[in-house]
Amino acid sequence: MIAEFGHLALIMALAVAVAQTALPLAGAHWGYLPWMRFAAPAAAAQVLCVGLAFAALTYAFVVSDFSLAVVYQNSHTDKPLIYKISGVWGNHEGSMLLWVLILSVFGAAVALFGRNLPPSLKARVLGIQSLIAVGFYLFLLLTSNPFARLFPAPVNGQDLNPLLQDPGLAIHPPMLYLGYVGFSMAFSFAIAALLEGRVDAAWGRWVRPWTLAAWAFLTGGIALGSWWAYYELGWGGWWFWDPVENASFIPWLAGTALLHSATIVEKRDTMKGWTIFLAIVTFSLSLLGTFLVRSGVLTSVHAFATDPARGVFILMLLIVVIGGSLALFAWRGPGLRNTGVFQPVSREGALLFNNLIMTTAAATVLLGTLYPLFLDALDAGKISVGPPFFEKTFIPIMIPMVIAMAVGPMLSWKRADLTGAMKRLWLALAAALGGAGLAFAGLGTGPLVGLVGFALAGWLGAATLIELAGRAHVGRTSAGDSLRRLGRMPRASWGMTLGHLGLAIAIAGMAGAGGWKIESIQTMKPGDAVTIGPYTYAFEGASEGSGPNYDFTRGRFTVTHDGTPYAVLEPENRRYTVRSMPTTEAAIRTTWLGDLYAVIGDPEGSAGAYVTRIYWNPLVAWMWAGAILMAFGALLSLTDRRYRVGAPARRHAQAAARPQPAE
Amino acid sequence: MTSRRWLFLVPVLVFGILAIYFAVGLTRDPSKIPSALIDKPAPEFALPGIEGRGGPGFSTADLRQGEISVVNVFASWCVPCRAEHPVINRLAGLGVARVYGLNYKDKAAEASAWLDKLGDAYTAIGADASGRVGIDWGVYGVPETFIVDGAGIIRFKHVGPLTDADLEDTILPVIREIGS
Repeated sequence: MIAEFGHLALIMALAVAVAQTALPLAGAHWGYLPWMRFAAPAAAAQVLCVGLAFAALTYAFVVSDFSLAVVYQNSHTDKPLIYKISGVWGNHEGSMLLWVLILSVFGAAVALFGRNLPPSLKARVLGIQSLIAVGFYLFLLLTSNPFARLFPAPVNGQDLNPLLQDPGLAIHPPMLYLGYVGFSMAFSFAIAALLEGRVDAAWGRWVRPWTLAAWAFLTGGIALGSWWAYYELGWGGWWFWDPVENASFIPWLAGTALLHSATIVEKRDTMKGWTIFLAIVTFSLSLLGTFLVRSGVLTSVHAFATDPARGVFILMLLIVVIGGSLALFAWRGPGLRNTGVFQPVSREGALLFNNLIMTTAAATVLLGTLYPLFLDALDAGKISVGPPFFEKTFIPIMIPMVIAMAVGPMLSWKRADLTGAMKRLWLALAAALGGAGLAFAGLGTGPLVGLVGFALAGWLGAATLIELAGRAHVGRTSAGDSLRRLGRMPRASWGMTLGHLGLAIAIAGMAGAGGWKIESIQTMKPGDAVTIGPYTYAFEGASEGSGPNYDFTRGRFTVTHDGTPYAVLEPENRRYTVRSMPTTEAAIRTTWLGDLYAVIGDPEGSAGAYVTRIYWNPLVAWMWAGAILMAFGALLSLTDRRYRVGAPARRHAQAAARPQPAE
Repeated sequence: MTSRRWLFLVPVLVFGILAIYFAVGLTRDPSKIPSALIDKPAPEFALPGIEGRGGPGFSTADLRQGEISVVNVFASWCVPCRAEHPVINRLAGLGVARVYGLNYKDKAAEASAWLDKLGDAYTAIGADASGRVGIDWGVYGVPETFIVDGAGIIRFKHVGPLTDADLEDTILPVIREIGS
């Protein structure tokens, strides 16, 4: 009964969305205000309908209603409550419902916070948002109905994939979707601007916070996914260039470019066409990512075709949304007028450089991910590009980017003094050499690319701090005055500083973990010990036990550091009873310099011996710490005064005309 | 101005080309992908059998027992796997190599029903429900078939469904060549 109610709510959401698309867009076109005003209440009604549908599905999972096919396929009565709830989005149908729920929440947020938007712009933004939602509702209702019933209802379910029964992965998809869907705001604003034929600083000011929020969530989601892979897959690795990972990384790269170019539109009233284009591309890539992962076309070319209805629908939707928006861009884009002019060596130039590199990187990763598909379609044979392709292309692309990142913030708008900026960077150059030297001294000989990574981390980190010191007039004024200057610095500037610093820290983590990982795989009997670096791991044996819906083998290692007891590591090997699927729960001890990481495998022989894998992952935690700092920087930037004040568009335009403090 | 207008047309044209690729991709079967793993040892892994079938699991150790092995990546959700399955059964029946199954990203009940219906001639099957082992094997599209020599070195990879012609013209000659 509740499920039918949810189904009905979903159908009603579709009806509302159709009206929310048609009336406001038509109203904005003919300048008929009542129709434009229909958008905001419709957005509220829509979020209510999808919310009810989502609640109904959640209810079915919580009470284990196995008469619903998705619940049967992805749940079990023995499953802990948190995973019953996370099971709602741990499957194709439910995750699509979550997607569209988040989309409608964003739409409602515009309706709520966008009171001071020009009515026609607001109507168009909400209409476009709703048009995307229509596509998703149709997709759900026609090909992936989460409320499909099974008759007769099975007694118990097939359980959720054990790999997904993990706190990290319970919140990973919602974070990722907040990121993906957040970019839909930039997209809707871009399409609305093309329809309006006008992009001004106020537009940039509206788009940037949504992009910042989406980017922060996506950064968090990617970091969480990578962290999950690190501790759950038990291989000590954290990035596999797997198509699923790439699908979230490509929009991130494009979104990073968008974030920076929106700054130019806001501050300098130029690069409008390019920014609109990036907004369209970023969301298109999010859409592509969502669908390609969901449909499985990337992991397996064939899963795409297994359900022809789904595959064809996805393709049609991509053509309508992406093709349609790019066609609109081709038609209306040339009419956008840029007023700001700038020299190549300037803040604008640096941001443009960032944009070119980020889009090239995004295109490269996209190419590597889709290449097998292209060649197949051309009958040109088959190739499989794996991590080697991505490492050979992506890293060289990013090196000039990081080098330039240090210089960019020191350049002024319009025209800058490159020599002056370079003179301030001699200390950063020393830090770069110092970083590589320190890595060499501390970690020993490693791959060249690892040393380059440490040099880049030192360079970028030092340059970011030098830029911060410059703002605070360190050395040119009293310490108290410097602190006051830092305190008065706009939060958007702090966001930039923390974001860049976060990347420097993350690069150091990637270089350390990528270049100096120590791996030791062996069979150990109780009493055996293995020494890795300064740490000695003594295996004390393994015990059996059971959790709520799994049995486990838990190994126990006593770790000593130079002879003194240091830590006890207890990795588990879990066997989930319903799916009889094993998962590894690595035992990890994080330190400043690296992670101690132990995994217990299968028993070997009869004397209580087990296959064990022990890793030393230098600096690996820096990577996630850096990512968190980047996301935090973006959120901090979001609370900047100029977004909080929420001045109406007219005043925005005036404010932009006044000289602004360089940021 | 006209050249500027052309510039704005580029994205939609690029996407149009992409869309054509996607449309063609919808209809395609992958054929052969030369694998980066050729002449490399098979990746380390150990997989349980398909739940409820009672068969042994499948691990790297099985591939190092001095006999030529064929590793067939399959899944019940994969239509071409269904098409190639009789060929796999015939290959197993010839007795020239051990034929192992790698059940990729599948549900145990569905895989079991599928095998009951189409026949299960595999020496052993490993259930790779998460697809993690598939990543190590560089599995891109299902089905894929690997030939591994007695020392556990991957010697050949075929992507896409095996046909009778593939069996006669490539698979069996490769097995004979390794054996000699």
